[in-house]
Amino acid sequence: MNTLPQQLANGLLLGSMYGLIAIGYTMVYGIVQLINFAHGEIFMTGAFGALTVYFYILPGGTSMWAAVPLMLVGGGIVAILVAVGAERFAYRPLRQAPRLAPLITAIGLSLALQEVVRNFYPGADKARAFPSLDTTHDLGSVTIKDADIFLIVAAAVCMSALAWFVRKSRTGRAMQATAQDPDTAQLMGIDTNRIIVVAFAIGGFFAAVAAVSYGLKYGNIDYRMGFLMGLKAFTAAVLGGIGNIYGAMLGGLVLGIAETMAATYINNIPGMQQLGGQSWANVWAFCLLILVLLLRPQGLLGERVADRA
Amino acid sequence: MTTPVLEARDVTMRFGGLTAVRSVDFTVNSGEIVGLIGPNGAGKTTFFNCLTGLYVPTEGTVSYQGKVLPPKPHLVTKAGVARTFQNIRLFANMTVLENVLVGRHTRTKEGLWSALLRGPGFKKAERASEERAMELLEFIGLAHKRDHLARNLPYGEQRKLEIARALASEPGLLLLDEPTAGMNPQETRATEELVFAIRDQGIAVLVIEHDMRFIFNLCDRVAVLVQGEKLVEGTSEVVQADERVVAAYLGEPFEGEPADDTGTAATAEETDTADETDAAPAPPETPAAGEDTGPDTAEPDGTGPQSTASTKGDTP
Repeated sequence: MNTLPQQLANGLLLGSMYGLIAIGYTMVYGIVQLINFAHGEIFMTGAFGALTVYFYILPGGTSMWAAVPLMLVGGGIVAILVAVGAERFAYRPLRQAPRLAPLITAIGLSLALQEVVRNFYPGADKARAFPSLDTTHDLGSVTIKDADIFLIVAAAVCMSALAWFVRKSRTGRAMQATAQDPDTAQLMGIDTNRIIVVAFAIGGFFAAVAAVSYGLKYGNIDYRMGFLMGLKAFTAAVLGGIGNIYGAMLGGLVLGIAETMAATYINNIPGMQQLGGQSWANVWAFCLLILVLLLRPQGLLGERVADRA
Repeated sequence: MTTPVLEARDVTMRFGGLTAVRSVDFTVNSGEIVGLIGPNGAGKTTFFNCLTGLYVPTEGTVSYQGKVLPPKPHLVTKAGVARTFQNIRLFANMTVLENVLVGRHTRTKEGLWSALLRGPGFKKAERASEERAMELLEFIGLAHKRDHLARNLPYGEQRKLEIARALASEPGLLLLDEPTAGMNPQETRATEELVFAIRDQGIAVLVIEHDMRFIFNLCDRVAVLVQGEKLVEGTSEVVQADERVVAAYLGEPFEGEPADDTGTAATAEETDTADETDAAPAPPETPAAGEDTGPDTAEPDGTGPQSTASTKGDTP
């Protein structure tokens, strides 16, 4: 009857997925101060890229062991192309424009990507089946699926690789420098355009990893899947302190766990019986965001935004 | 000894109707320390920005070692021109060492894959880069603070760190924008030594400064920019002797300035006598001074035309 460990695990899994997507928002924001509202759709195209690899490229009956890595590659390539293309053709021409212009462009791009997929991808207007990894494992009071293991491992690997990359590599240092002061970074010999492309590409790849996990876990995808996931991941990024990659990871986990806990347990509180369940999960997630923005507007780890302003 | 490192030809920079820099010809030779002085708003920093690709000159070209510099700052740095800033612009949230390593960006190679896989080549390159960065920190005397955040350094050390970061790109020419601004005399003296040491490493130096004593001690050659135009260029003696420079910049010739011991006061006096002795043996390459300052010239906060006019009355 103790459901807490299971709910914690669910929250952690959902949170990892948010965190992976949130990286894309936070890196782009950290470097060009743009909120890339099309990022949810980049996540969605990543899912369709992976689906394409599975249904249209790989021969039928390929084992999932072989298929999943290839789906990651395919989804990754599609998401990176879309992300980098968006930067190159939609955002870069507006780099010097007032900040409202790229923001509106992002919203437009988001709608355009949804419509392109809906109209041109066979069967994408309804939910399309995605190969899932449903084998379950019982770990005492927690039951998880293969898809969950994939998600948690992928998220851990991606996040630690990114943390190392930003901290220790030459390109990572150049990214930090560009985030802190793009003009000076240029004068130190850093090609800031290239750094911006790298940020978009990393965000795109992480979104694709999240998208493949999403498909494997829930078993179907559709052209609107990016909207809510994107919004939640954006919330996670703001929650953790936008611009800070550790903040995105933390924000994702906090949001995922809080949302799951609220949906499960809040109806045990006397007088709030009506407010529990999955249909209220989003409400609690955004309430948490409002609360954090009221009490700590820079986000949980977001001290760096302050001295940038 | 006199191969030109940097050659600016006929550089003009306009912002709308405002001409901040007007047809400036300028050369820095290898092994030289050249000073660029001028009143506030004379266009010195604008000229610097033209040299480093931050601004693309409206007219004219800037070439480094015979090649025209590309209009992209990162490519200019790659070519071998590095700079510091008038207001310190360190990466405040990075450590001292990381700041220098960012400076080494153009001199290190790294593919994405080798970085992710951390191959032996990558580690070796990284170690070499770090060693070089530490050498530089030792050179400026900040090695013991390698892991401090740049923003926690005291002012003078931040200035030094900026120089180290610029040197990290292994430049052939170093541009210093007011390196001693806000420094006390000891720090200024130390900076002087540092600049000489840099020159001795074979790096040409171009320095903007307001501290006349610093400039005249340091520089092999000094150019004076007034209202966006080059007024005079030559050795310290020539520049100090030029009455228009004195008028436009140093202020009125010696009228009993208070206790700046031997510095500017003394030089002003020298200037005065020099003026009388060799009358006006036309200092080299001078466009007509005060007259040419049309309404569209340079920044408006000028000590320029007014002071020129007033001092002209006073000078014999």
